[in-house]
Amino acid sequence: MGIYSKPVVFALIATLVILVGTVVTVFVPMFMPSTQPVSAYVKPYTAIEQEGRDIYMREGCNNCHTQTVRPLRTEVLRYGEYSKAEEFAWDRPFLWGSRRTGPDLNRVGGKYPDSWHYKHMHSPQSMFALSNMPPYGWLANNKLDTSESFRKTQILGYGYSEAEVQQQIADYKAKVTAPDYNSKATRDEVTPEALRGELTEMDAIIAYMQKLGRDVKAMESQQ
Amino acid sequence: MNDTGYDYSIVRGFAFSALFWLIIGLVIGLWIAFEMFNPALNLTPWLSFGRLRVVHTNGLGLGFGLAGIFATAYYMLQRLTRTPLPFPGLAKAHLWLFNTAIALAAVSLMAGLNTTKEYAELEWPLDVGVVILWVMFAVNVFAILIKRQEKQMYISLWYLVAMTVTVAVLYIVNNLEIPLNLFKSYSIYAGGNDANVQWWYGHNIVGFIFTVPVLAMFYYFLPKATGLPIYSHRLSIVSFWALIFAYLWTGAHHLMLTPLPEWIQTVAIAFSIFLIAPSWGSVVNGYYTLQGNWDQMRTNYLTKFFILGITFYGLQTLQGPLQGLRTLNAFFHYTDWVVGHVHMGTMGWVTMIISASFYYMIPKITDRELYSVKLANVHFWLILVGQLAWTVTMWIGGIQQGAMWKATNPDGSLMYSFLDGLTSLYPYYRMRFAAGVVYFIGILIFAWNLIQTVRQEPSAAAEA
Repeated sequence: MGIYSKPVVFALIATLVILVGTVVTVFVPMFMPSTQPVSAYVKPYTAIEQEGRDIYMREGCNNCHTQTVRPLRTEVLRYGEYSKAEEFAWDRPFLWGSRRTGPDLNRVGGKYPDSWHYKHMHSPQSMFALSNMPPYGWLANNKLDTSESFRKTQILGYGYSEAEVQQQIADYKAKVTAPDYNSKATRDEVTPEALRGELTEMDAIIAYMQKLGRDVKAMESQQ
Repeated sequence: MNDTGYDYSIVRGFAFSALFWLIIGLVIGLWIAFEMFNPALNLTPWLSFGRLRVVHTNGLGLGFGLAGIFATAYYMLQRLTRTPLPFPGLAKAHLWLFNTAIALAAVSLMAGLNTTKEYAELEWPLDVGVVILWVMFAVNVFAILIKRQEKQMYISLWYLVAMTVTVAVLYIVNNLEIPLNLFKSYSIYAGGNDANVQWWYGHNIVGFIFTVPVLAMFYYFLPKATGLPIYSHRLSIVSFWALIFAYLWTGAHHLMLTPLPEWIQTVAIAFSIFLIAPSWGSVVNGYYTLQGNWDQMRTNYLTKFFILGITFYGLQTLQGPLQGLRTLNAFFHYTDWVVGHVHMGTMGWVTMIISASFYYMIPKITDRELYSVKLANVHFWLILVGQLAWTVTMWIGGIQQGAMWKATNPDGSLMYSFLDGLTSLYPYYRMRFAAGVVYFIGILIFAWNLIQTVRQEPSAAAEA
């Protein structure tokens, strides 16, 4: 029983023992392209969508919503085409979740108009009386902070130039503040007057919602 | 206070820290349990479910769980090596830094600083703090083992060593991230890799915090409390090595039917099934330790805690591998079934073993008798009933939700909307809240009993 009286040797052996499974199932797959394939049809998030994703993380939305549709008949019926590995190539971190208190969101992009989301984020209960989702109307009271947007896309390796990021922000702002924006009435309803001409956190999280699954849908409609 | 030179103040400090974070964590648990059927409690962003749920899991896992582990570890290390703590000053700093870190963790999570990787939600400056804390602990662990007076290392020490090295590897690898600023960082891994690393971590942090050190307590305090030696030393050796080997392969059973490569999922299923053997090795060892002395279930209040605790561990380690099977997982995953599964482990196994360990340890280190065995019995029954009502409610709710998600009409269309499935759970959520209140009362009695114990005069027997 030698090693039970040699603590350092014991600790080293224990470390080796726990590293076997770790190396085989975690470290080796990191270097296998099949673990996280990359595909040209999946585009990185725009700066605004990324800001929305960060708000999604800040609010812990992943505690109630998954973002992975399993290849099961009823699941595909409910949410749409099952999730493919390459869709997540830009996701740092992944947001697949572990509990569906609310529905899966991996195919929510394009499912509803922006106005639906403005109304729903503002008061889920106004649309579904029995929903238990917390209301997020206050997101529209916060002006979106885009001061670090470019650095975020740099760290995440999206490959945008600073000018491109500024353009993305300006374009999205122009879109949601335009007089002919198709969800203008609802946006104005939930956004305080002073911020109607600005981008809010609500605008960003909705941009993110609308991105989810869009690349897959775009690819399918081309085929 | 005692002639051995053992440092018990650190044990006491961590034990009462554990009680404090236990109560805080449970209050938050009750709060979010209420939000599940009545969203009116989402009063402010800081109190919204998405932010509070992680305060609950981190507060209880890191606050209560780790403090309970540190308290019992500092006690067991000194007793089992017959050596005083080598660096009591370092241990004291560890205690203060620990409580500061947990408080900052709670505040930062409520403020929305959340990396979203489950049980690793803390942002990077706090991750650095956690690593420093862990090194401070590890220095005392290895120093005392090297200086020890007792030649052989007892089983409990093996488990403590395994925890010390493995948690370090898990925590560092999963928390590698690139900082944007002091409050925000991005994981270095993307998509499927990030998921794989996260659930390797997520599964094993539960294993090496809620299983391994709790088994250390079980193997030490069960013989102490019952006066009976562990049934089989050989079985404990086999169980130990098989457990720490197999655990690390199983994380991907949390990612069943996701885009993660299928072979990683299948390997995880195989090792999950294998894990039943070493888990039940400890269960059997516990039961057989009591052979011929089962009357202790009536006469010794501590035995009840240990035996029921290990029983929930046994049930947990059967249920876990089964729900990892692909077909069962397709039905149960993402429902409240899994929530019930976790809580049988934490409210049953972990809390019962830590409770009994404290009941044995606190009177010993303070030279006092336990304030009230009667209250300890009330505590036992309340947390037993509360936990069972809680978990069984969630299992039934989970089965119902899983069935409603799958149900189709004769024409093949879905029978229920998502909202139908959710709202059908509200009666269960109300029952779960009530069960949680029962459990919480039991925990308040536990805390009260220990506070009253240390407030008494030292016992005459101890002074003599």
